[in-house]
Amino acid sequence: MQIPPQLLAQIDEAISHYPVSKRSASLPLLHLFQEHFGYISEEASAWIAEKLELQPIHILELVTFYPMFRRKPPGKHHIRVCKTLSCALAGAEGLKAKLCEATGIKCSGHSHGDPVTVSPDGKFSIESVECLASCGSGPVMMVNDDFYEAVTADEISQILSQYK
Amino acid sequence: MPAPARRIPHPREKRIVFANIDREGYTPDIDCYLRNGGYEDLKKAVKMAPADIVAEVKTSALRGRGGAGFPCGVKWGFIRPGETKPIYLICNADESEPGTFKDRYIIHQDPHQLIEGMIISSFALNVHLAYLYIRGEFPLGAKLLEQAIAEAKAKGFLGKNILGTGFDLEIYVHRGAGAYICGEETGLIESLEGKRAYPRIKPPYFPAVLGLYQCPTIVNNVETLCHVKHIVRMGGAEFAKIGTPNNTGTRIVGVSGDVVRPGYFEIEVGSLTLGELINDLCGGMKPGRKLKAIIPGGSSAKVFRADERFKIKTKAVDGSMLEKEISVLDIPMDFDTMAACGSMAGSGGVIVMDDTRDMVETLNNLNQFYAHESCGQCTPCREGALWMRKITDRMLEGGGVESDPALLASVSNNIAGKTICAFGEACSWPTMSFVAKFPEEFAALAKKTVPAFTPPEFLSATLTGGSH
Repeated sequence: MQIPPQLLAQIDEAISHYPVSKRSASLPLLHLFQEHFGYISEEASAWIAEKLELQPIHILELVTFYPMFRRKPPGKHHIRVCKTLSCALAGAEGLKAKLCEATGIKCSGHSHGDPVTVSPDGKFSIESVECLASCGSGPVMMVNDDFYEAVTADEISQILSQYK
Repeated sequence: MPAPARRIPHPREKRIVFANIDREGYTPDIDCYLRNGGYEDLKKAVKMAPADIVAEVKTSALRGRGGAGFPCGVKWGFIRPGETKPIYLICNADESEPGTFKDRYIIHQDPHQLIEGMIISSFALNVHLAYLYIRGEFPLGAKLLEQAIAEAKAKGFLGKNILGTGFDLEIYVHRGAGAYICGEETGLIESLEGKRAYPRIKPPYFPAVLGLYQCPTIVNNVETLCHVKHIVRMGGAEFAKIGTPNNTGTRIVGVSGDVVRPGYFEIEVGSLTLGELINDLCGGMKPGRKLKAIIPGGSSAKVFRADERFKIKTKAVDGSMLEKEISVLDIPMDFDTMAACGSMAGSGGVIVMDDTRDMVETLNNLNQFYAHESCGQCTPCREGALWMRKITDRMLEGGGVESDPALLASVSNNIAGKTICAFGEACSWPTMSFVAKFPEEFAALAKKTVPAFTPPEFLSATLTGGSH
C-alpha cells in the first residue's frame, strides 16, 4: 500500500481539525482512504489505527458499522440507488432493475453484509441504499459523487454513457 | 451533474430560510451572499451581549426543526452561566429521516446562511470550536460548506478576532458515513468522537450537560440554526408573531409520494391544513386516484388513515375550551395539533399514499429501513426491528399466519419506551399505527398461500419410493 504525499497531506490536515482527540479523525481518514483506494483494506484499517494511536479493532468496528464503507473494491463507477419509501413509491425498484440490465449486473445476490454487486467487466457496481434525502424528486440515485433525481428509464443509458 | 429543477414559491408560502432557494441567478458563493445582505445579522449580533441573543431566541419560542420540536432557547439555557469547560456547538446536518428533504437545499444553494447562523449561535453560547456534521451522502454539500467556511474566514467572519470583537471561532465539516442513527444527537456525538454511533444512556438527557469530549455541547438542526440568524434580524418578539403561540415561525415541509407536484414549501407554522398542503400546494392526488394514507412528519410518525376523524380541543375567543371534531385533511400543520391527533409534525416530511398502495408492502419498506438502521445496542430494537421486518416479509411472500397482525402489534409494543434512544419509538410507531389502522389489509395477508417448505427427504415420493 503506497500512500502518496498528497494523501498524506490531506490526512494531516484532517487530523488538525480535531485538537482535542485524534480519534475523532477516524471517519475523515476512512473517507480519504476510500476515495483514494476505492475501499478499506485490512492494511488500510491497520495503518489508520497506527496513525491515530488506536487499536486496529477501533477502525475495523467503524468499517463494519457505517454502511458507506466498503471492504471490497467496487466497480470503476459506483451506483447507489435509493430504495426507501418515497423513492419506492416513485418507482425505485424498476429503476434498479433497469440499471442492472444496462450494466449487466445480476440484480439478486445482495445481502446485508455485502450489499455491493459488481458488473462482470468491472466497470459498474450497484448498491441499494436507504434514503438519500431527496424524497420530493424520486427516484434518485448517485453515480460516484454525482447526484441524479427523478430518473426515468429513458435517461439511464444517457447517464451511464458519461462514465467511461 | 444536471442542474437542479428550480421551483417558483407557491403564493401561500412564507419564505424566510428558503428566501434564496431556487432564486434565479443566486449562487452559493460569498459574493452573492454579501450582495443579498449576507453577514449583516452577524454584524448586528456581535454588538449584542451574548445573553441577550439567548434571551431573544427564548422569546422567539423557536422549536427545534430536527424532529423532536424541543424549544431551542430552553436547550441553550441548559448551559450553566460561568461554565469553565469548553462549550461546543454541533450542527446536525445528517438529514436522513425518510420523507425529509429540506437541509439539502440550504446546504447546496445557500450554505452561507447556515454558516452565519452557526457563527451567531456560537457567539451567543461562547463556543470557540464548532462542528458541522453532514451526512456522508452529500459529498458536494460538504465541499460547498468547506468552501463557504474558507470564504467566510478570508473575509474575517470566522477564525481569529471575528469583526474585531476579539471573539475566535473555528468551524469544521465532519462527514458521516451512511448511518441513520447519527441523527440522534448523542449518537452523533459518539460518531464525532470517532466511535460507533451508539446513542448514550440518559440521564443526562441533554448533551448541554455532558456532550462532546464530556463537555457541554449544543446540537441543533440546520434549519433551526438558520432561524437563529433571522431571529437576530427581526427580534424574538417579532418572530413569535409568525405562526401560532407555542408553534412559532415558519418551517419547511417536504411532500413526497402520490401527489401531482411533490416538493418543498416553507410555510407559516399552522397557517394551512394538511388538506390544503396536499390539494392546493401539491396539486392534489394523481388523476383518478384517491387519498388512502398520510405519514405527516417523517417515516417515524404514526400514519393517518384518510377517513380518520379526531376530537381536538381549541381555545375560543373568550378563552374557554371548545371541543370539535375534525378530519385528517383539517389538521393544521403545527406541532401541537398534530400531536393531539396522535402523530407528530416531526421533521416536516409528509409522505402521501393513494388507493393503489398496499399497506403491508408500504410498511415492509419502512421495516426494512429500520431493521437496517438499528444500531444494535438495545435488544428490543435490534431484535424487534428485524423481527417486524421478517413478519411483513413473510406476509408478502405468502407465508403469513393468522396471528401475524397481533404479533406485529405485540413486538412493536415491546420496543417503544424500552430502549436507550428514540429509535425504539421511531421503528415501532409505523408498525403500531399501520396494523391498527389498516387491520383488513393485514388480516388479508395473514394466511399461508404457499405451502410450507418441506425438506426433500420428507417429500412423499422419497418416503414411499426410498429405502425406508
